Amino acid sequence: MTGNKNNDAYWRANVRLMLILLAIWFTVSFGFGILLVDWLNQFQFFGFKFGFWWAQQGAIYVFVILVFVYTAVMRRIDRKFGVSDEGDH
Amino acid sequence: MDAQTLTYIFVFLTFGLYIGIAIWARASSTSEFYVAGGGVHPIANGMATAADWMSAASFISMAGIISFMGYDGTIYLLGWTGGYVILALLLAPYLRKFGEFTVPDFIGTRYYSSAARIVAVIALIAISFTYIAGQMRGVGIVFSQFLNIPITWGVVVGMAVVFMYAVLGGMKGITYTQVAQYCVLIFAYLVPAIFISIMITGVPLPQLGLGATVLDGSGLSVLGKLDATLVDLGFAPYTQGLKSKVDVFAITLALMIGTAGLPHVIVRFFTVPKVSDARRSAGYALLFIAILYTTAPAVGAFARLNFIDTVHDERYTEVDSWFKSWEDIGLIGWEDKNKDGRIQYHPGSPFEGRPTYSDQRREDGSRTITNPPTSNTNEVYVDRDIMVLANPEIAALPPWVIALVAAGGLAAALSTAAGLLLVISTSVSHDLIKKTFAKNLSDKRELLAARLSAAVAIVIAGYFGIFPFGFVAQVVAFAFGLAAASLFPALLLGIFDKRMNTAGAISGMICGLAFTLIYIAYFKFMAPELNNAEHWWFGISPEGIGSIGAAINFAVAFGISRLTAPVPAEVLNLVENIRIPKGVNEPHNH
Repeated sequence: MTGNKNNDAYWRANVRLMLILLAIWFTVSFGFGILLVDWLNQFQFFGFKFGFWWAQQGAIYVFVILVFVYTAVMRRIDRKFGVSDEGDH
Repeated sequence: MDAQTLTYIFVFLTFGLYIGIAIWARASSTSEFYVAGGGVHPIANGMATAADWMSAASFISMAGIISFMGYDGTIYLLGWTGGYVILALLLAPYLRKFGEFTVPDFIGTRYYSSAARIVAVIALIAISFTYIAGQMRGVGIVFSQFLNIPITWGVVVGMAVVFMYAVLGGMKGITYTQVAQYCVLIFAYLVPAIFISIMITGVPLPQLGLGATVLDGSGLSVLGKLDATLVDLGFAPYTQGLKSKVDVFAITLALMIGTAGLPHVIVRFFTVPKVSDARRSAGYALLFIAILYTTAPAVGAFARLNFIDTVHDERYTEVDSWFKSWEDIGLIGWEDKNKDGRIQYHPGSPFEGRPTYSDQRREDGSRTITNPPTSNTNEVYVDRDIMVLANPEIAALPPWVIALVAAGGLAAALSTAAGLLLVISTSVSHDLIKKTFAKNLSDKRELLAARLSAAVAIVIAGYFGIFPFGFVAQVVAFAFGLAAASLFPALLLGIFDKRMNTAGAISGMICGLAFTLIYIAYFKFMAPELNNAEHWWFGISPEGIGSIGAAINFAVAFGISRLTAPVPAEVLNLVENIRIPKGVNEPHNH
């Protein structure tokens, strides 16, 4: 163990962000698209049954957004803890 | 010009482009051969990843499968995109920081063991060859249908082209041809989709067209009309699936974590300069993939509507010519059970098994089928793989669109095949030869070994293309189960669990892989008659069992690692190091 406090705090911030984003990932795909699909299908959304829309389109849009959000927020966290790779080449 | 000539021109031009790029981007060192020298721009890598990722199965089979599965097609749509979120958040940045050449490299170093490395190589080869079988079959289908040459010759031509850029250019050549292939395949996918969406709904964007109102005056939406038509014919509604929830859940999960564990996808993130680039690149890759994956469900639904419209209750003698041309190559079969001279399309198999034809034709010119007919009212057999390829013909689009789709299908199959061949050859030359058997090998000789193993792998892949087995997407689905159950847990634990050690990782990989392989082999090959929900464990099909295999891998690895020796200090340092983005290209102590 190196026991580097800064790096440990950085890792905790990273894991926290990751868990939040993965919770959203799970909710839109397995939640809305699979487990709750029948219930959501009673609602209409742009001509789609709402559950079906989540399963075959909506969740995929959210996936893309999640990865870009992760990239952007991690860049801030990297800088905050001074572990950014921006100076590397 | 007719579709045939145009197809020759398009295929010739695109192949010329790929080979030109290969000559321009020749690899001159192992680093260039394995990871393109680590200097690929994140957006270029995103495109290359997308092309690498979207295989013959995505391009040719997926929309067709969705069109027949309806809601159940969700497993592929979510499974093959959601995995990128896991990859981007849990694996790619750390593996890039680790900064070696192959996936077994990471496993061998992190678990400080040649045995672990070799288990990873075996898993990698099993996964990649399962996957590549599907690609070569895709190449064969496209060639035989569009260029009217035997499948064998089609596969040989495909092998020759892949040989040129994979063996010459290595990862560097592959990366830049994949960028070109992405552009070809996405254009080829979108053009017919937009045409058909406009024809059916008047809305150009297929993603919106799927929910829009059909232009036939019925006032129904596309999905509403499809539901109603299918129920009329005796099918389940399109927007409701037939699979159980637990199976849909398990298959989706297996495909997602399998995606994140696929070696040919992971190595793509070794080619960008930095950790932050790996994250960004995963975002672009997913964006480029999502463009096709959100179009596919629309293509599938439109294709099913068009198919029913043109085929059902039509006289055989008057049916559109595409029906007959696909019948000629054996992917459509018709048995006129009620002898009315018309084609009736209903649920169930029209006869037992895949069609076998006798040499004679019936009076109306249709091919005589020798399979015993079933007792239901369905008269049509249709191979699901044809839907995307036949779609432009079914919708009567101009010949250049048909030619474009052929070029796109080839781009998809070849780009994935090349990526797979590369990981197979690097794991042989780097992990087996250099790191295990001949540690003093010079860079130059290792490069030669890499090229030779790529050549051998191409020949084996070609064999699978000429003697294929199963539907493209079905075969591919098993590769995911294997990746999910073997490599993914070992990679994840290697990064997130500091106490994970050699014994834990190896026993986890072996148990996960063995369990999944045996389950698939049992239900698919040894006792196919028992392959139904009644006999499956927890109602999970062989396609979804990888998720249980992964759970077993995690549990075994966790249990064994807590009972055996702790991890050495230098490996702990390695784990600490890969968790921090800074200092990516500094050598570390292993």
